[in-house]
Amino acid sequence: MFKYLPHTTDDIQKMLEVIGVNNIEDLFSEIPTELMGQDLNVPSSHSELELYQRFTELGAKNKKLIPFVGAGSYDHYTPSVIRHIIERQEFLTAYTPYQPEISQGTLQYIFEYQSLICELTNMDVSNASMYDGATATAEAMFMATSNRKKDKILVSKTINPNIIEVIKTYAFYRNITVDFIEEKDGETSIEDFKAKNSKEYAGIIVQSPNFYGIIENYDGYREILDETKGLLIINSDISTYSLLKTPGDYQADIAVGDAQALGIPMGFGGPYIGYMATTNKLIRKLPGRICGVTKDSEGKRAFVLTLQAREQHIRREKANSNICSNQSLLALFVTVYLAIMGKKGLIEAQTNSFNATHYLYEEVLKLDGFKPVYDKPFFKDCLIETTKDVEAINRTLLEHGILGPLSLGKFDVLKQNLLLFSATEKRTKSQIDQLVSLLGAL
Amino acid sequence: MYYDKLIFEISNKNRVGYSLPKSEFKNYTLPSEMLRNKEALLPEVSELEAVRHYTNVSFKNFGVEKGFYPLGSCTMKYNPKINQDLSNMLEFNMHPYSPAETTQGLLEIYYETQRILSELSGLDTFTLNPYAGAHGELAGLMIMGAYHMKRNDSKRTKVIVPDSAHGTNPASATVAGLTAVEVKSNYDGTVNIAALKEMLNDEIAGIMLTNPNTLGIFEKDILEIAKLVHDAGGLLYYDGANLNPLLGLARPGDMGFDIMHINLHKTFSTPHGGGGPGSGPVGVKDYLVEFLPKPVIKKQGNKYYIEDTNESCIGQISHFYGNIGVVLKAYSYLLTLGKENFHKVGQYSVLNANYIKESLKNDYLLAIDGICKHEFVFDGLIDKSQNVTTLDVAKRLLDYDVHPPTVYFPLVVHEALMIEPTETESKATLDSFIDVMRIVAEEARTNPELVKGAPYNTVVKRLDEATAARNPIVKYRDLLNQ
Repeated sequence: MFKYLPHTTDDIQKMLEVIGVNNIEDLFSEIPTELMGQDLNVPSSHSELELYQRFTELGAKNKKLIPFVGAGSYDHYTPSVIRHIIERQEFLTAYTPYQPEISQGTLQYIFEYQSLICELTNMDVSNASMYDGATATAEAMFMATSNRKKDKILVSKTINPNIIEVIKTYAFYRNITVDFIEEKDGETSIEDFKAKNSKEYAGIIVQSPNFYGIIENYDGYREILDETKGLLIINSDISTYSLLKTPGDYQADIAVGDAQALGIPMGFGGPYIGYMATTNKLIRKLPGRICGVTKDSEGKRAFVLTLQAREQHIRREKANSNICSNQSLLALFVTVYLAIMGKKGLIEAQTNSFNATHYLYEEVLKLDGFKPVYDKPFFKDCLIETTKDVEAINRTLLEHGILGPLSLGKFDVLKQNLLLFSATEKRTKSQIDQLVSLLGAL
Repeated sequence: MYYDKLIFEISNKNRVGYSLPKSEFKNYTLPSEMLRNKEALLPEVSELEAVRHYTNVSFKNFGVEKGFYPLGSCTMKYNPKINQDLSNMLEFNMHPYSPAETTQGLLEIYYETQRILSELSGLDTFTLNPYAGAHGELAGLMIMGAYHMKRNDSKRTKVIVPDSAHGTNPASATVAGLTAVEVKSNYDGTVNIAALKEMLNDEIAGIMLTNPNTLGIFEKDILEIAKLVHDAGGLLYYDGANLNPLLGLARPGDMGFDIMHINLHKTFSTPHGGGGPGSGPVGVKDYLVEFLPKPVIKKQGNKYYIEDTNESCIGQISHFYGNIGVVLKAYSYLLTLGKENFHKVGQYSVLNANYIKESLKNDYLLAIDGICKHEFVFDGLIDKSQNVTTLDVAKRLLDYDVHPPTVYFPLVVHEALMIEPTETESKATLDSFIDVMRIVAEEARTNPELVKGAPYNTVVKRLDEATAARNPIVKYRDLLNQ
């Protein structure tokens, strides 16, 4: 007897009789015997109580830290309501809405999600979500190369190095050449972009706020790209569009990035959610699922998956993307987050994060041994150079329960002394003051 | 009453549903040219309004806890509550850049899950980085490509895919820079060995199979197929979408597969979430371990650590380490099942499928006769004289509070009705499903118009999908502008 298997001996017997075999093993008779009956070195079955104990013991092996780092994962507050909504079985245990008559719940929240993504990015159309910001960016590259029928793409060096790594992987296997635009003073160099851009490229991928937290300005990019008919792809942490100029404002062709900063827990890196939005012109090139409005046979407003001829299950080997399952429940998560936080709350949470990061920046720069790297406007990541021993800094902070800044040495040995800090609305003044005094005492 | 409001339509200026602490910091400013110039149209609702809205929206969905959900190829089993509770433990909500010494619990779960999946599948090492089944396929095929490239055998760019395969298989091959070539199936969806032999040459990178195949039939010649492909210099990829019936019984690794993915949201019951988040761990044999995507979670002595410097790997395919929140649920499920129950998952899922198949084969046309594994396919009704289609049957099932099976897949069966009951369903549930299916078959004979007009009891009736595609309305602002 086992709680997830309702079969009684009597049930099994009756079922076997209907099937016309003597025992369950007979149902597997075509499998070569040498393949059957391996002895597995796996744990024995845990009762619910033992499971709790095991997870409690494992949880105790982690050490809770107060993060002062972002770099793609931000510690924003999650309103309590969200968990309760997304764990309703109607949402949690359903599958892809292939039967729209009994999936109007999923389809409606996808529609609301798409609407919200379009509002924040100022774009025409959003899909139902992507895995994460990095893979969404790689898919945007595919969209561009396929649409422009080119096999080269320009990528700014100021993009988060993890996103660049994913772009490079996806490009390599599909024989797409990635050429890089240099950075200048912490931003994408428009001079280098102008010099390198040509009709050979499907377009350019940039990020703002970029890896250093710096807000880039893309005035003039549209005109440069129009000369070569290239696409403008802007990556961003979508929460920053609460305040900042949007891809739509820059007449971008594709807006992509991560929406983790809309209250999704850091969760050791996942699940997060990638978003992807584009113009009406490119709607048929957009990968993934799209939900649209229609009517039922009685004239009632209803929602369906639409333009499915783009998708892998129809196009098979001719598909430009293989995405099917995405991050649907996270789409619901950010939809509920935006409903609860609303017009004011989103701006307030992001403004508070912006202010906290700037306070941190100002206070750290007052200390000996810390100086600014670039004099550019930034959002909620900030870059500071130190003359102190970086390992000692992070070790000391760790002893006080603080997760310190990310050393860019992780990606470039020459940048060991460049530290990327971040603060969100969850960081209090006293926490930041403690961080500063610990750094000062080193 | 039918609730049809959008969140935007219950919004009211200056209403709020949130609370934040008063800011302790002064206001810093941004240059005005960097600010957005058009206000985003975001909802303004109270907390109760938001909760009531999404609760009412949820009522329009069908989930596993409401009723039977025999959606073929999707493994819609029960999603235990405890898995959800454990994955929400705050101790696991760590920043991904937390040093390994502070995340030993998480890394142990990650590593142990990799190890248990290896044991169950017969592959040597797993990565949990892929976010979904299709993402796993992509990573796995990149590994296949990298293996041939490293051996300077780069003209191997073709991947053999049966015509009965999941649609993602050929799409993944294309995205991985390979070319899918279709091999004809036998009548039962198994690989046609003669056709396979003809295709094998020095341009073949490998073959992608799901076993049992999409018709629910086990490839009994799998050992021969593996030998043929290996002898020709190719590798075998196992699409883990159909792993459930073999769990604890037979292992893809022992069959000769070199690479595979597992859908944790299917076999290991992390919920489907309406279409994600999933998780698609990829396992490989020893000679392919060097190609696994970075970062890799490893163990030395009794310490766990993250390695991200492996030069020969395919590269990085995820921003961090995959959907860890999903892995936590799968680990919980793996421990709950344990050594005593893995094989029963396989056995009972197959028992349930065969019981339904035998009980309904006088009303519905069996695509393949004989023993199936965890799922099987009907080619619509036996009696087609009234022109009642598979779609009609599916829609009529909605009226009986049953989630319809997968329809019109696999493509090789014209009127496909693909049924996968899973092992967590009782005989009583199966019996009531069988009754409903028989009633619908009877209705199709005696009152076909009734079935063709279904559904009647759902919140919306059949939808006009053509208009939606012709004139896409894909956001709230489109509705405002109408």
